[in-house]
Amino acid sequence: MSSHVRTVRPNQMVALMERAAHIKKMLEQGEKKPYKDVIDVCWGDPHGAGMKPLTFVRQVLAACIYPQLLDGGNLPMDVKRRAQKLLRWCDGGSVGSYTNTGGILEIVENLAQFISQRDGVPAHPENIWIHPGSQTSLTSILTLLLSSEATPKRGVLVPVPGHSTVPLSVAALGGVAAPYFLDEERGWELRADELRRALASARGVCRPVALYVINPGNPTGHVQSRKSMEEVIRFVAENNLFLLADEVYQGSVYDANSEFVSYKKRLYELGPPLAHTLELASFHSASKGLLGECGLRGGYVELLNMDPVVMPYVERLFHLIPSPPVTGQIALELMVEPPQPGDPSYPLYMHVSPKVHRNRSSDIQSAAPSMLDGSFPFPQETEHTRRTLVDNVKRVLQVLNRLPAISCQPVRGGAFAFPRLHLTTKAIRKAKDAGMQPDMFYCTKLLEDTGVFVSPGCEYGQKEGTYHIRFCIMTPTDTMEELLRRLSAFHLKFMKDLS
Amino acid sequence: MSGLSATRCGLPKESVAENGAPPRGKVLTIDTMNPTVKMVEYAVRGPIVQRAVELEKELSEGRKKPFQEVIKANIGDAHAMGQQPITFFRQVLALCSYPELLNDSTFPEDAKSRARRILQSCGGNSMGSYSASQGIDSVRQDVARYVQQRDGGVYCDPDNIYLTTGASDGIVTMLKLLVCGEGASRTGVMISIPQYPLYSAALAELGAVQINYYLNEEACWSMDIGELQRALDEARGHCNPRALCIINPGNPTGQVQNRKCIEDVIRFAAKERLFLMADEVYQDNVYADGCEFHSFKKVLFEMGPEYSNTVELASFHSTSKCYMGECGFRGGYMEIINMDDEVKAQLTKLVSVRLCPPVPGQALMGLVVNPPQPGEPSHENFMKERTATLSALADKARLTEEVLNTVPGISCNPVQGAMYSFPRISIPEKAVKEAAGQGQQPDMFYCMRLLEETGICLVPGSGFGQKDGTYHFRMTILPPADKLKILLSKVKEFHQRFTKQYS
Repeated sequence: MSSHVRTVRPNQMVALMERAAHIKKMLEQGEKKPYKDVIDVCWGDPHGAGMKPLTFVRQVLAACIYPQLLDGGNLPMDVKRRAQKLLRWCDGGSVGSYTNTGGILEIVENLAQFISQRDGVPAHPENIWIHPGSQTSLTSILTLLLSSEATPKRGVLVPVPGHSTVPLSVAALGGVAAPYFLDEERGWELRADELRRALASARGVCRPVALYVINPGNPTGHVQSRKSMEEVIRFVAENNLFLLADEVYQGSVYDANSEFVSYKKRLYELGPPLAHTLELASFHSASKGLLGECGLRGGYVELLNMDPVVMPYVERLFHLIPSPPVTGQIALELMVEPPQPGDPSYPLYMHVSPKVHRNRSSDIQSAAPSMLDGSFPFPQETEHTRRTLVDNVKRVLQVLNRLPAISCQPVRGGAFAFPRLHLTTKAIRKAKDAGMQPDMFYCTKLLEDTGVFVSPGCEYGQKEGTYHIRFCIMTPTDTMEELLRRLSAFHLKFMKDLS
Repeated sequence: MSGLSATRCGLPKESVAENGAPPRGKVLTIDTMNPTVKMVEYAVRGPIVQRAVELEKELSEGRKKPFQEVIKANIGDAHAMGQQPITFFRQVLALCSYPELLNDSTFPEDAKSRARRILQSCGGNSMGSYSASQGIDSVRQDVARYVQQRDGGVYCDPDNIYLTTGASDGIVTMLKLLVCGEGASRTGVMISIPQYPLYSAALAELGAVQINYYLNEEACWSMDIGELQRALDEARGHCNPRALCIINPGNPTGQVQNRKCIEDVIRFAAKERLFLMADEVYQDNVYADGCEFHSFKKVLFEMGPEYSNTVELASFHSTSKCYMGECGFRGGYMEIINMDDEVKAQLTKLVSVRLCPPVPGQALMGLVVNPPQPGEPSHENFMKERTATLSALADKARLTEEVLNTVPGISCNPVQGAMYSFPRISIPEKAVKEAAGQGQQPDMFYCMRLLEETGICLVPGSGFGQKDGTYHFRMTILPPADKLKILLSKVKEFHQRFTKQYS
């Protein structure tokens, strides 16, 4: 079989995942354990962690799938109107038809409008492609940039800690994933000197062609400063690299002092010639943020400053992905075109960010204090979600930073907390004896003893000799409380037993 | 997306030179780009479709054309041509999307209980949650049960079932796994000519060697072991043949392989140590009398342990075709037989990279393999809808073959199954020359003219491969019967006109 697929390293996570599934099943079958359920916060999966889908989104989806619902009396008028509009955009009026390869034209245009309003810079539909999830888009771009026949191998600079599947994709395409380390002590800052070091080191084993950045960070939860972004842009320009910007968490910023700025916007702020020459691919998706619709598989890529001679080949490659699922396209559409004030669904949906009219994005950060005064009679879903997540992050930091032997950098954005475990030599040795990475050992025991399912830092990469765990913070309030309760109790005991 | 393809370009209007700064060398140029991408083509959505979309736009802008509408008979998209979805499937999926509807009395009980079962299998009881990358457990079990029942009780292990984003995802994934080696030991993959262009495009992208074996047009597009042997023997000189792809029922040819033929292919694969890839997405689309779908797996196991314990096989199915036509949901699965355990572990790893297939598509696949049973409230209506759709397709298959065969210069094999006709057309020498002058394949030239004069969009045979010196087009049988009649008569008229013009 393909040697590139073979080099995709064996995954220790599989055993942990299987164990979690097994325990879930046992509990369902009534087996007694010291806990009543598994708290699954292993993935960036809000619904899986207990968050509810947005009513408006699901009503529109249901009406599109079963248009007979449009005749009944139970759905709000704006839901019906939106579903009718979406169905008009589908061939044969059915969500079961193929769409254009890059997505339904009208939806792509709305994505372009969303991007333009977000950045104050025009976006063109012809540079935007919808795919079944941002990872699919990324894999396609990597297919163009890498080549299994190239010698020396081509390299992509990837963040450590970073998304666990990207290095796998790079390797499977015959490339080298060359790490650059985020600075934990400085809130996971991306430092220019580290980029330079990483590049020099990478050049020893490959020919680097691209830099992959995740902002807001996964698993780290950092949000890049404008200064840091400028450094990245200049670094990429100086060293002739293609910039891959994974921005799927742009809708999830919790810290009042942080702000998401897209790489495209930052690039344009720096003006020509960079703005008109630097090759950039930005990725976004409906899987995160307020929608959390991971299972619908809706993502897109925006390409900037590509060589026009190359574009026809990009299109041909994208044509191999026959048609993005219509349900995912609908999720993207609703993400960028939420209910507006005056719409019947607006009070329930309730998106009150001061930015709502300017950038029309489902964006969490501006949870203004006035929203907490309870003057709204309906449960406002997006507002409720926003408050929950801001509170969760506060709680996590509060609880973890009070415990011994565990510390957590501020979670400014994203879907996860990534606290550091300060393990004793005894604990490390015990792990090694069990044939496991120390943080994998911790996670395994945590799952067994408490039913809390998180993933170990070794999955994402980390500085040698440091250990972390990653867990999703997009959970209902009581789930987070319970999680922290179980985790704290376990942690104290674990540290005590192995002191 | 008419204007878009013509103007896809990353550079803004102002030229860089105007700023006085020298253009930065691009990272991604035609020279630095992955060389295999240059070889990728995909005829079904190629230039003729782009032109069709442009014409649609022109029509909508009020431009005068010799036709009222563009008929896209190029792509196997049933709903786009007016086929109705299966009510039960849509009801269940709507219930899964918005579970409040479980309180709505207008939905039948069996739809509700299916929806509840699906939701229970989803994280947080939501279709918005990631599933396991191999697919939702309960759906894989349903698929296994279906396969077992379909194949007369031959055991199907749910662990061998991988849910995929349409069958294409599974096919490309398997090819990624199979392709390796350098130079003369580079993997060769046998594909039928004519073929569904996804295969050739994927092979090009992976830098694999494409080994063409010709289907026998004179014998109703059947497979010929002698021809398979010829193709393989020739190929062994310059590559390492490792896989054999079959599409049954066939696309674009519509042939349904008989049982003996399938046995012969299995014996051939066993003898030559080839991995069999059986694309069976049209398994319910069988129309002709005397034809029957035989799954490769069933035949393999009925040939006894000598074969069933050794031949490596992957079979593919999807929600896009048959009587469902749900292309937009991207539902599919593949079943892997006799794969080496270590390789299987790597396959599981490979699929994890794209996280998971769309959950609504997975749920739909589960419904397709587990439809309403006799006695259940929705059964009667389900059977009515299914039968109506399949019999309409059978009628249209017959009609197409009949009408096309009345045209001098067009000869059409029986459309035994699938969704297309692939008639052979004679193109006069003069037209061949004119096509060459324009740098076009003769059947592309023909199809482009057909499009401009009648608004009918077909795909030229050169996009699928054909014997040298022969020309074909692929036309779907999907338009509603009355439209199909018009379509066929226009094609007839055009062919006669065209032949006369270039005689």
